[in-house]
Amino acid sequence: MATGELNPNHYPAQRAAKAVQHYLNTLYGSPYRVIFLNRVHSGYAEDVADSGRKYKLEITVQDHISNKTEKCKAEVLFPGGEQQRPPQVQASLEELPTTDTKAEEEALFQKYKTNQGLLSEHLPDSHGHVDPDMEPFMHLGSAASSFIMLNESTENTLYNVAQVANVTQLKTENDQLKFDYYVLLHDMISQEIIHWKLLFTWSPQEGVKVLQMEKLPHSHHNETPQNNNN
Amino acid sequence: MLNSAALGFVVLLSAVEAATNERVNYDYYKYHSMPEISKWMTQIAQNHSEVVTIMDYGQTYEKRNISLLKIGLSTGERKKAIWMDCGIHAREWIAPAFCQYFVSQILQTYKTDPKMEEMMKNMDFYVTPVLNVDGYLYSWKDNNTRLWRKNRSPGPPGCKCDGTDLNRNFDANWGTVGVSSDCCSNTYCGSDRVSEPEAQAVASFVGSRKEDILCFLTIHSYSQLLLIPYGNPNFIAPNQDELMEVGLAAAEAIKAVHGKIYKVGTSPAVLYANSGSSRDWARMQGIPFAYTFELRDNGTFGFELPENQIQPTCEEAYSGALHIVNYVHDKTFKGPMDGAGATAAAALWTVLLAVGVTSASM
Repeated sequence: MATGELNPNHYPAQRAAKAVQHYLNTLYGSPYRVIFLNRVHSGYAEDVADSGRKYKLEITVQDHISNKTEKCKAEVLFPGGEQQRPPQVQASLEELPTTDTKAEEEALFQKYKTNQGLLSEHLPDSHGHVDPDMEPFMHLGSAASSFIMLNESTENTLYNVAQVANVTQLKTENDQLKFDYYVLLHDMISQEIIHWKLLFTWSPQEGVKVLQMEKLPHSHHNETPQNNNN
Repeated sequence: MLNSAALGFVVLLSAVEAATNERVNYDYYKYHSMPEISKWMTQIAQNHSEVVTIMDYGQTYEKRNISLLKIGLSTGERKKAIWMDCGIHAREWIAPAFCQYFVSQILQTYKTDPKMEEMMKNMDFYVTPVLNVDGYLYSWKDNNTRLWRKNRSPGPPGCKCDGTDLNRNFDANWGTVGVSSDCCSNTYCGSDRVSEPEAQAVASFVGSRKEDILCFLTIHSYSQLLLIPYGNPNFIAPNQDELMEVGLAAAEAIKAVHGKIYKVGTSPAVLYANSGSSRDWARMQGIPFAYTFELRDNGTFGFELPENQIQPTCEEAYSGALHIVNYVHDKTFKGPMDGAGATAAAALWTVLLAVGVTSASM
């Protein structure tokens, strides 16, 4: 395993940096903010006795919606051991979380708080299109999926959201919008598409709170993620 | 009476326009279904018959033709060639879009750009817009098939899944690394090396012309990378330094178009180790320049790249591909272009001319 100073363009630093992206989205992701890894500037890896492997990274991340970038120092500890456990990430952002999304988030929240029962699917569609009204729900799906992708990240994975297959809005609970999402995640290393169901809540104040995550066995035969009332 | 005469006139005008209109009316910035691409190939070959022929060089598992466009000025002699294939993985829709764009560009520019004209004279371009025809068709079937990757041959007996990863099926360190023997896996390398008809078609066509092929480009998405051989980290191409140098220059050319960064390196360094790729097989055949292009994006949309990114992606990739093609062409037909080379060439010519004069006078 690569140890010491890492080539920032090579896969070890890139995979660890991807885990940082997922972590940052669990903190800051919203219907109007999605963070992406832009560049890795430097990386350093070392074995930590009895714990695993620790990466120190300097990266630049970018908000997909505002296009603003920010440099970030991060640490990622991939735990050792037989069973896969989530990495521990230390990272924070100062500028990107302050981009003014409050008004839009509040407007979205108010609209769907009472007008419940949103159903949507295939975000984006086969041709990469998303209805502008549905874009916030695609972004929300990325933010919520980041909890899964972070949990599943190892030194041998590289996760992205391939598609939000299905969005079902459930009854608003405790002043939080509540959703059931079916997402397709792509792991670059295995090239597999992994199906997950996510139950989570969101509000501008509380952000995304995941209630349940469930990996679905993919039968490799045709499966249709259905809307619940079909 | 006036109206019908006017209408007749308009119809006549349209007919004349259609007959003389050499340009194929095609939107290169939308994704096209397989039937649309096949129809486009036929029209291109018809409208540019002086330089384009269609060659069917194999059949898919489901018995569909695998076709390429052979593009070049006929000299009546055996020519060197450039190979480009797109769509070996069904879900990578931007790749076939790029092959179509590439074809339209070289056909447009060779008439006015002396460099492209020269290249068309010296070389043929073999471009396969969709290699994995069955897979590509399947990915268009419905919303549940969009992310299909492999071909559509059935799995081995007892397997409940279909498809082999064509880019793990070639005879290049086959089955050693970055593959799965699980027939349901997306990197299933097949029951044997070159077990798949699509891989056999490429191996047969390219194999029989390998002395003539200067450059093998295979187009994929996504990740924004230019990958050089080999996928198995235990093997290093003898010209790896040159491959890197040319690749880095191509990445600079790409960046100059729309600012996108493409990383350059061997698969095991930059992405992951793998074996049985068409690029590795081509290099092992002795084709000196072999690159995998991984086009946009970096994971934001992944395989489902929005159509409004087709144009910029094609423009930048064209710039990169052209850089490699130019380099390979000049290296073959102009020799080393550094100062020492030019001086040596001049000295050689002086000697040859002197010898020629001497022998002629005898």
